[in-house]
Amino acid sequence: MIRKPWWKILTFIILMYVCTMGFLVDIPKLDGRLQHSVRNLFFHVPMWISMMILFSTSVVYAVLYLRKPNSTYDIYSLEFARTGLIFSFMGLATGSIWANYQWGSPWSGDPKQNGAAIAVLIYCAYFVLRGSLNDDEKKARIGAVYNIFAFFMLFPTIWILPRLVESLHPGGLGSEGNPGLNPNDTTSAMKMVMVPAFIGWSLLGVWIATLRVRVALLKEKQLNNE
Amino acid sequence: MNKLKQTGLTLVLAMFTVLANAEDRVPDPKDFMRSNGKIYVVMAVVVTIVVALFLYLVSLDKKISKLERKS
Repeated sequence: MIRKPWWKILTFIILMYVCTMGFLVDIPKLDGRLQHSVRNLFFHVPMWISMMILFSTSVVYAVLYLRKPNSTYDIYSLEFARTGLIFSFMGLATGSIWANYQWGSPWSGDPKQNGAAIAVLIYCAYFVLRGSLNDDEKKARIGAVYNIFAFFMLFPTIWILPRLVESLHPGGLGSEGNPGLNPNDTTSAMKMVMVPAFIGWSLLGVWIATLRVRVALLKEKQLNNE
Repeated sequence: MNKLKQTGLTLVLAMFTVLANAEDRVPDPKDFMRSNGKIYVVMAVVVTIVVALFLYLVSLDKKISKLERKS
């Protein structure tokens, strides 16, 4: 499956559609505050969606590893987490750029920003933990256990926490609405680009992760042959 | 090497003429690329970056496939 070309071509087509329609689609006039920056919906938000998909895949393989200690599962879990972390950095960076022009400063200590930063730091600790262990089997087992912990911290920090408090981020209406998006600002024409954007950028993340998985599998094979 | 330098110099000089001409030309304000605050220039840049990214990924994918066939 990971070596089949059809879904890579699909990724390309979807992202070309997103990168052109993302600029061409009509946007609603929203009292002059968002203006064209609302188009970031097709570029900033998919980074987080992609991160969530990559981390979810990573935790599935971590559970599989704990059920049956096969080093292939560990490689999948590690490389998907690694790619997910890169997407989370891109999410934080693009969010800061947008926030600079929308909220006045790149980092306003908003609950949404802090929650995301905590989640990212928890995932950084996953790599520190793995790096501090020398035994490969221990690395994989403890890594898998920590991965499950990190995953169950991710959702409170980026989904639940911002719902409970006031936030500058869309959806920060106390307990109302959805923690990431403001559905009142999104027209159906924009959704026609937004949903493909989520799928396309996520597929791109999966592609990069599978490339890393294949390299890691090759390396492992080489070590076993020696 | 000499030939390379010559070609490079020619290209640079050619750029100068293009730049010099660019000032004389009056851009049509109704041009699609210049409409809407020139936002479509950004679109062209983004599309170029994403296409280049994909070309790079395809070449990596091919290289890894080749290594996989070898081992």
